[in-house]
Amino acid sequence: MALLASSAATVLAVDAPNPWFSPSYIQGNADTILAALREHIFLTVVAVVIGAVIALPLAVLARRSKTVSAAILGSSTIIYTIPSLAMFAFLAPFTKLTIKTVIVGLVLYSLVILVRNFLAGLQGVPAEVREAALGMGYGPARMLLLVEIPMALPTFFAGLRIATVSTVALATVGVIVGFGGLGNLLISGFNNNFFRAQIATAAVLCVLLALAFDLLLALSARLLTPWSRGRS
Amino acid sequence: MSVLGDAVVYLNDPLNWTRTNGLLDRLIEHVTISGVATGAAALIALPIAIWFGHTGRGGGFTVALSNVSRAVPTLALLTVFAVTPIGFGNKATTIALALFAIPPILTNTYVGFREVDRDILEAAGAMGMSPLQIITRVELPLAVPAIMTGLRTAAVQVVATATLAALVGGGGLGVPINLAFGQQNEGLLLAGAFLVAVLALLTEAVLVLLARLVTPGPSRRLPRRLQLRTETI
Repeated sequence: MALLASSAATVLAVDAPNPWFSPSYIQGNADTILAALREHIFLTVVAVVIGAVIALPLAVLARRSKTVSAAILGSSTIIYTIPSLAMFAFLAPFTKLTIKTVIVGLVLYSLVILVRNFLAGLQGVPAEVREAALGMGYGPARMLLLVEIPMALPTFFAGLRIATVSTVALATVGVIVGFGGLGNLLISGFNNNFFRAQIATAAVLCVLLALAFDLLLALSARLLTPWSRGRS
Repeated sequence: MSVLGDAVVYLNDPLNWTRTNGLLDRLIEHVTISGVATGAAALIALPIAIWFGHTGRGGGFTVALSNVSRAVPTLALLTVFAVTPIGFGNKATTIALALFAIPPILTNTYVGFREVDRDILEAAGAMGMSPLQIITRVELPLAVPAIMTGLRTAAVQVVATATLAALVGGGGLGVPINLAFGQQNEGLLLAGAFLVAVLALLTEAVLVLLARLVTPGPSRRLPRRLQLRTETI
């Protein structure tokens, strides 16, 4: 009995406990975790919003001419194929080790997803609807704002959901310049003696954050396009 | 000297390529890890996807797997794997990357099989083809473009993710980039980024060409679906 107890104690001493989930880690480091989460949310929202603001005019432009759309779609494939670590490395000499490097990189990735979906949305507007609006005296601007964009909203939102979920995942790589949100916790946990509680907490928060954004956007799409309910 | 000049000088110095753990070693390491991981993923995912696609079972599972895998950052999984008994190093990286590569191959192959015209399958059955003949002579040839899209997506994603392994003690071309960030060596940074980007683009180009080569004649003329990889890298 004594032998058993002492051997158990030795095992514990050699193999210090490194649990996957530890409430005391979360309690003791709530400030750090929340700060990382805030940074992650900030990176994601800023990148997707800037990406959307740039993508809309590009999509409108791309619809006008085949050459422009081929150029935009071709370059977006190239940008999307460049690995995130390489993208940040390309940007770092110009934007230095600041949060700008991460934001510009994330904007580029969200932009290429959004421009494709926005273009598909605009192209999906039925010709009859456009003709009817034209017949009712709609000019190009009113046509775009009051007819085409509302009709394309479901496709726009599908693009926003994909872009947001992948931006949440990509933002973790920002740790390479020190601004990776939850990615900072992942890598510092790894470098800190393989601190499992910190790594698991950050990984789970990443997934939950992606799901929360996805749900929020799905709900907004439902509220904004009451006519498309029932057709998923 | 400019950053760009530093990068060009670095890439043009033969010693940077040929020394131990130089660029050439890292490149070979990167390509080997990626190739083995993609190959292993294909060996696992293709039979399952063919079975699912042929029988129409497992559709919900396949869709759920691809959606969930999109929400999980590859860096997070790589880090989590590194602190499990799998550990880190090239073998562990290969296992982790193979797991990442399964969902795109599985989903695309499954969809390719399900999109085969039901009338064609009925005709094949009526002609007396056995299930195995239907799979190998009807469904597989028609699903080749979709299967190749899955393989290309997986391969490009694996090449990209392999660079992240350097952040958690792995090898490959991420190592010089990680080193350059640590040393604030902008020339090396650009050189490393250039090599990784070229490798990813080459992977994409080679697999597009391969897809064209292995696609049976008539399917080649079908409009190529514009499909963007939605998996994260």
